[in-house]
Amino acid sequence: MQTVLQQVINALSLGAVYALLALGYTMVYGIIKLINFAHGDIYMLGAFWAYYVINFWHLNFIGALLSSMVIGALSGVVIEYFAYRPLRNSPRIAVLITAIGVSFLLENGMSYLFGANPRSFPQVIKQFNFNIGGVLISNIQILILATALILMVLLQIIIQKTKMGRAMRAVSVDPEAAELVGVDVNHTISFTFALGSALAGAAGVLIGMYYNSIDPLMGMTPGIKAFVAAVLGGIGSIPGASVGGFLIGILETFFQSIGLSAYKDAVVYLVLIIILLFLPSGIFGKNTREKV
Amino acid sequence: MKKTTKKLMTVFSAVAATMMLAGCSVAKNSSKGTKQDDKTVKIGMNMELSGATAGYGNAEKNGIDLAVSEINQAGGINVNGHKKKIKLITRDNKSSNTTSASVAAQLVNKDKVAVVVGPATTNAATAEIPNVTKASVVGLSPSATDPNYTLQKNGKVQPFVFRACFQDNFQGTSAAKFADDTLHAKRVAIYADNSSDYGTGLAKAFKKTFKGKVVDMQNYSAGDKDFNAVLTSFKAKKVDAIYVAGYYTEAGLIVKQARQMGIKVPILGGDGMADPKFVQIAGQSATNIYYTTPFSNSAATKNPVALKFMKAYKARYNEAAPTFSALAYDAVYMVKAAIESEKSDDSVKIADGLAKLKDFPGVSGKITMNKTHDPEMPITMVKLVNGKINKAFSVK
Amino acid sequence: MKKNWKYILAWLLIMIAGFCLIDALIAVGVIDNFIENMLVTIGINIILATGLNLIIGFSGQFSLGHAGFMAIGAYATAIITQRMDSNLGFLISLIVGMILSIIVALIVGFATLRLRGDYLAIATLGAAEIIRNVINNLKITGGSSGMFNIPQYCTWATVYVLVCLTTIVLLNFVRSRSGRAIKAVREDDIAAEAMGINTTKWKLAAFVLGAATAAIAGGLHASYLQTIAPSDFGIMESISILVIVVLGGVGSMTGTFLAAIVLGILDTVLQNFGALRMVIYAAALILIMIFKPSGLLGNRELSLKKLGQHFTRKQRS
Repeated sequence: MQTVLQQVINALSLGAVYALLALGYTMVYGIIKLINFAHGDIYMLGAFWAYYVINFWHLNFIGALLSSMVIGALSGVVIEYFAYRPLRNSPRIAVLITAIGVSFLLENGMSYLFGANPRSFPQVIKQFNFNIGGVLISNIQILILATALILMVLLQIIIQKTKMGRAMRAVSVDPEAAELVGVDVNHTISFTFALGSALAGAAGVLIGMYYNSIDPLMGMTPGIKAFVAAVLGGIGSIPGASVGGFLIGILETFFQSIGLSAYKDAVVYLVLIIILLFLPSGIFGKNTREKV
Repeated sequence: MKKTTKKLMTVFSAVAATMMLAGCSVAKNSSKGTKQDDKTVKIGMNMELSGATAGYGNAEKNGIDLAVSEINQAGGINVNGHKKKIKLITRDNKSSNTTSASVAAQLVNKDKVAVVVGPATTNAATAEIPNVTKASVVGLSPSATDPNYTLQKNGKVQPFVFRACFQDNFQGTSAAKFADDTLHAKRVAIYADNSSDYGTGLAKAFKKTFKGKVVDMQNYSAGDKDFNAVLTSFKAKKVDAIYVAGYYTEAGLIVKQARQMGIKVPILGGDGMADPKFVQIAGQSATNIYYTTPFSNSAATKNPVALKFMKAYKARYNEAAPTFSALAYDAVYMVKAAIESEKSDDSVKIADGLAKLKDFPGVSGKITMNKTHDPEMPITMVKLVNGKINKAFSVK
Repeated sequence: MKKNWKYILAWLLIMIAGFCLIDALIAVGVIDNFIENMLVTIGINIILATGLNLIIGFSGQFSLGHAGFMAIGAYATAIITQRMDSNLGFLISLIVGMILSIIVALIVGFATLRLRGDYLAIATLGAAEIIRNVINNLKITGGSSGMFNIPQYCTWATVYVLVCLTTIVLLNFVRSRSGRAIKAVREDDIAAEAMGINTTKWKLAAFVLGAATAAIAGGLHASYLQTIAPSDFGIMESISILVIVVLGGVGSMTGTFLAAIVLGILDTVLQNFGALRMVIYAAALILIMIFKPSGLLGNRELSLKKLGQHFTRKQRS
């Protein structure tokens, strides 16, 4: 029983990591229908930024987190401005290739500048465990879970309640119509990128601290998993991304705990395909009927 | 419809027929060995400088660069009484097997190098074999560990393929014996990196030799960061020891996460852990850790070559020397020794020289090349306490 | 009709001339092992990319799992030729690889082709990863160490002939009745269905044909390189094939040829840049896409017929 509960904790904290990343994917996709392959790499940038400011400027955790979010947001906006905006009216597949190019550029540029070796993340918060009836949960796991939940709620509020959120929803439904009613489309898209990338920056700091190891390619694997999570939940939907993230965390943990660790990735993809077959637009996706 | 089929058939047969005819006289590329000019000896580096395994490739590049600049500062390689400088040609294979083959072809055909050092991983290293063998140039990998890497399909040794490291079987069996005889472990769990042949090779060898019970064998892949689920199940199975078969990147995290969840049993591993980065990642959790290694930063203090290497490395790169760099550094000096003993920098002669290498003083100890082109060097089992090497055991 | 024959003959002559040219250049030593290696890699990439272009460009299905089918072909060749060390074994292995790949493509296609756009992309990516994961854990495939010492039956000539053959098959498929049906499905599947075209059947046909050519390319890759490992067939490989297709122009077969050659040369030239190579490659990719988003040739084809007509018109005027 203890082991089962411990595995639940493991699953939730892994799921929170995926969910945090999936949120950014889903927002960007929702507004310009782009699989932003570079999203995982912004998460890496955030982690590296925090690594340097903590080591050299001796910032505390909150400072590192906030500054990483700013750096994430900035790089997201810059990438959108230079790499995606010129392609606004191009075929979507061209934008996708550009996104892949940006991702390669960030990964290889960082490993060229700073070396490809992993480095240990400074421990600004000392990690310790709470022991609840034999089940261990660390303060950082709680921090990640809490941050993920807070950010999800905040996002939902921004999108549902604020004027900018309304503009974002309008652009995602129909950019041209949104422009006609006075929404600045470019501005809105920039804002979305800033928001999504800030989340990635935050995720970078949290995950860097949780696992204590960062490297220039750290965004690759979780990036793809997080994207799968976003698709699973119904891409474009905020609650969908959260649920998808947690679902993947739970699935991976479950299959590892029953001894199928060699096939854990295959199982995740298999579940994805099966879910897509029955819910072709994910769990929370809007199933739009095509009209003739 | 019928017409198109007929048309298609005609085109097909025409193309096929011409190609068959032409096929009979297909020209083939071949060459025998490379010669060097009077002033320099060209050494090619086929290395993973970008892509998934760039971390290891760049560490080896550092070792190679250091060795080459040391040799050149000392005047170069003595080829039959005539000092020649080394010209190092560095090429990136972006951690891809296809590119590794292409890089090898470029090094031997265009650059006409005397020897190719690299690649770091077995997969990329095996991909270079056909091209270096065709040109009769040595391919010397600092860290390709698969036992079959130096062998042909019929079990004979590959004439131009060498390595500068242990093969997996040796390390895996040594660790298993150590777990049996010294740690007296009865229930062991194996956690292997199954995205690399290194991890699966070590795990297989360990499992085969270990006399106690292997209660569980699980896998992870390179790039994974979360190992809590598997470690929790190990903990529930009450193991006496865990054998982690993989590189420091993930092994460091495994150790850290295991200690954090209160697993206090010894954790064993291979030379993939013997890297300063391992301790950096695992932090204070690196206690009660054992790994097999030919070279280690502080256990090798009695070896003057190792001391010199560590000092030079620290001075040049401002960090402690990783194992990968040490192996690559040795590889360059092995080439130098081979050229000097054969008194020739002809690529075929270098192969002879390497095959005859005996008691070569390397960073990893005295190295003798055996019949299968695997270096025989002393293996030590090192114990870490609080991230520091506490004790070194010699194992057979 | 007669006019068409002239162009078919012209293409045929170009193919044979190309073959003789390479053969002669190798004989005099202009093409050494290194350039031959590059040409073979380009050839294999052409087979892969034209097959993917059929799926993406002509039938409009966004597949990100092409490397999975390549893996099936590669492993079939590796396993069979290691046991049956002869030219016949190589031929059988290519056919077995194709059949296996077709079977898997049918299963994957039935399951995923109902999905659209990015959902399909991610589902095919998942399918390819499942294939890779299974190969990584099987004993017969050598697990993660992969297989090496595969006998080399594939020479540059084999690759050349197969590039020609697969291209002829694909082009004939695209220009036939089936090709028109597939393009109709791409443009508007509801309208196509109303015209009596079985959309699922044609989508599946393109997908399966693409998968079969990928298996051939995989077999050639394994036999030429003599080493394969599961890591060769990951997401990155699928993406690099996709890059060729998009760079050449989605829906343009000649564009795919052009892009495969350009990227193949770029890739070998970049070997000289050490660790900077991927940085330059990435920057080049972004710049090309920004300034030429529809690819080098868009959806146009380079055709001798048009070229010929162009010249005759010029002569007349």
